[in-house]
Amino acid sequence: MLELAGVSKRFGGVVATDSVTLAVASGEVHALIGPNGAGKTTLIGQISGALGVDDGAIRFLGQDITRARQHQRVRAGLARSYQITSIFRRFSVLDNLALAVQARSGSSFAFWRPVAREAALFDEARGLAREVGLGERLEVLAGNLAHGEQRALEVALALATQPKLVLLDEPMAGMGPEDSQRMIALIARIREQVTVLLVEHDMDAVFRLADRITVLVNGRVIATGAPEAIRTHPEVMRAYLGDELAA
Amino acid sequence: MRPFLLPLVLLVLAGAFPFAMHAMDQGFYISFATRVLIYAMAAASLNLVLGYGGMVSFGHAAFFGAGAYIVGILAVEGVTSAWIAWPLAVLVAALAALVIGAISLRTRGVYFIMITLAFAQMMYYVFVSLKAYGGDDGLSLPARSQVGFGIDLRNDFTWYFLVLALLAATLYLLHRLVNARFGRVIVAIRENETRAAAVGYPVYRYKLVCFMISGAIAGLAGALIANQTNYVSPALLHWITSGTLMIMVILGGVGRFWGGPVGAAVLLTLEEMISGSAALGPWALHWQLPVGVVLLAVVLFAPQGIAGLLGGKRHA
Amino acid sequence: MTWILFLEQSLNSLQFGLMLFLLAAGLTLVFGIMDMINLAHGSLYMIGAYFMATFAGATGSFWLALPLALAATAVVGAVLEISLLRRLYERDHLTQVLATFAIILIANEVVRIVWGPQSLMLNAPAGLTGPITLPGGMQYASYRMVIIAVGAVVALLLYLLVTKTRVGMLVRAGASNREMAIAMGVDIRRLFTAVFALGAALAALAGAMLGPILAVEVGMGENILILAFVVIVIGGIGSIRGAFVGALLVGMVDTMGRALVPIAFAEIFSPQAASNLGPSLSSILIYVLMAAVLFLRPQGLFPARG
Repeated sequence: MLELAGVSKRFGGVVATDSVTLAVASGEVHALIGPNGAGKTTLIGQISGALGVDDGAIRFLGQDITRARQHQRVRAGLARSYQITSIFRRFSVLDNLALAVQARSGSSFAFWRPVAREAALFDEARGLAREVGLGERLEVLAGNLAHGEQRALEVALALATQPKLVLLDEPMAGMGPEDSQRMIALIARIREQVTVLLVEHDMDAVFRLADRITVLVNGRVIATGAPEAIRTHPEVMRAYLGDELAA
Repeated sequence: MRPFLLPLVLLVLAGAFPFAMHAMDQGFYISFATRVLIYAMAAASLNLVLGYGGMVSFGHAAFFGAGAYIVGILAVEGVTSAWIAWPLAVLVAALAALVIGAISLRTRGVYFIMITLAFAQMMYYVFVSLKAYGGDDGLSLPARSQVGFGIDLRNDFTWYFLVLALLAATLYLLHRLVNARFGRVIVAIRENETRAAAVGYPVYRYKLVCFMISGAIAGLAGALIANQTNYVSPALLHWITSGTLMIMVILGGVGRFWGGPVGAAVLLTLEEMISGSAALGPWALHWQLPVGVVLLAVVLFAPQGIAGLLGGKRHA
Repeated sequence: MTWILFLEQSLNSLQFGLMLFLLAAGLTLVFGIMDMINLAHGSLYMIGAYFMATFAGATGSFWLALPLALAATAVVGAVLEISLLRRLYERDHLTQVLATFAIILIANEVVRIVWGPQSLMLNAPAGLTGPITLPGGMQYASYRMVIIAVGAVVALLLYLLVTKTRVGMLVRAGASNREMAIAMGVDIRRLFTAVFALGAALAALAGAMLGPILAVEVGMGENILILAFVVIVIGGIGSIRGAFVGALLVGMVDTMGRALVPIAFAEIFSPQAASNLGPSLSSILIYVLMAAVLFLRPQGLFPARG
């Protein structure tokens, strides 16, 4: 579904992503792991269209999207959630989701009809909220949600655009054990409908959910494969997992 | 019907106002009130792009003044029909907003503020240099625009009601706009532009259209101000005028629906009360001083403006 | 277009550019270090000119009045910063724009109340009112040469201050990374007040020096303020070097433009076109320059911020 070939990004003298080649197959949960500063978020930015590609190409569903704008990629079915929560804090949960649904259902260059009358938008928004466990929190302002709920909203916003592939950037960031379990269950549920590229530090989640894992160190891919292969891969252990597994 | 109660009451009061003034033999205030209504429209247009859209445009006077000059130039050239001049003013203002917005919206933050300011100054200098149309001294119009149907706009009463009708219509259209899909998206972009883009909105396009609509309305207000005093001057495009419009929006409540009109009313009334006060004697000339102090106080201590203090709902 | 005219306009550009630099330097420092847009900087320029005119009238001496005016304006600047402006550092740019705009209104009225509405007389120092003969035989106003000299010397001193002294290093550190400067234990509050007072003094110097050439009147600050902003946007916010290059560039484009464009128009089109379009075209040249710079290098020519 998604193919990266030799994708690179440089910021001045710093090479953030270095000739990254990886493929995400349709229907799988593909995890992207690596130490802090490995370039994971940069790569996600390049895939979603927020950042440019200096070298290499990105293909999505067979189309070359290397130069496509962000909103075009979203329309094509590629959605992303953010590592640092990026929601509409002063809108309610319901309005947050309704806005996302609105983006993909027709033009918003509509100046006359009140949005409040568009029941379909809000019904779909309610459904999304329920799916991520926010069904009882619809009227709460997004900024007033608990951290775990905000992360769930992040995921819901990505899902609202009805994507085929969703990029989840550290959905469990800053979560306690209970919230993490809920998020793992959520991802396990949504994988039935969407392909997932998951960036995470939480190894428990990664090994429970992932079909395949790619390891990124210093912007370079050092290993790709099934979880068991990665777990025992010598270079990976040395560079990254060694400390985690020993602990 | 409930949400329209306040506007209806205001409309009725506004409608009764000139009759009351005439009865009290204070005819001058009808002209003053008309001026307030026109600036209410201009401020409301700025509130759309600044309050709802979050775009700090420091060059809004460019559209206001451009609209005024179109009417002025056409009048001097013999085209006095409002049906031609006013739509043309709106169109030219919208086009100016398209060009200025297309370039400025590629920047953000303080650069956006500076570049809108610069463009407005450019337009100011262009009009100052039009010696044929008054240049620095400005341009006098022979008379107010002709509307036909036997309506004579030279009558201050008639003029007042026409302006009131246009303002009411504009505010109604704005009301529909901010509650429609477009309005929601604009506010969402203001709240979190990254997220709006990530959800699939072509953000630049929406901002540009918002900018254009705002400019167009300012152009209409400009057409009206030209008629109000039968005079246009480059000062209408000066950045101080842009600043004045911003003061109105802030005083009234940025991002709140009535922010523009409330701010215009308060500022102009304050100005009128102080500068026209016999009791203050020569000190009345220095009305800008208390205005500055009030503005400073509002900015520092009551950023939600007067409409906010009175409990106006912040859109989203 | 004669050689002499070109030389004269070049000197005028230099003179204007250096004065613009004095104004822009204070503005860019405040913007770069305190992240504050200060529209009232033009008011400090105006107050400097007014103080200068008053002290020159009282003492009868230009050169005696100058340091007095600078000191007085620096004090005004410091008081303004301590009492009012430091509340704005944490606020958003719109708030700063509006608050400092309010200060412009207040300052203009206060000046009108204290000094009256008419413009003040400020004369060039005695002995410098005539022309000076330059090598090559050209005549140039001696006072303008003095402005160039003063401007160049102050620019050099400022450069040395910012690059060679410890204080200057703190200023540069603050401009590029405020949090780091705080973490390094710098007394931020005092540094800010000092920077602001320095900027005020520089603005006053520009106002005092330009007073004999331009009019000392209420509102003089607003006209030149916008040019100063164009300078720092072109030069890069927070950068003294950028302000210098930007100011010379703007000074040159503006001065040369006003002189040359009407001439060029008269040659290429007609004298009619020259007098109609010439002035407006030359006025908008600097804005075109700014738009071009923003388009090609959005951070300005020498961005201070990393």
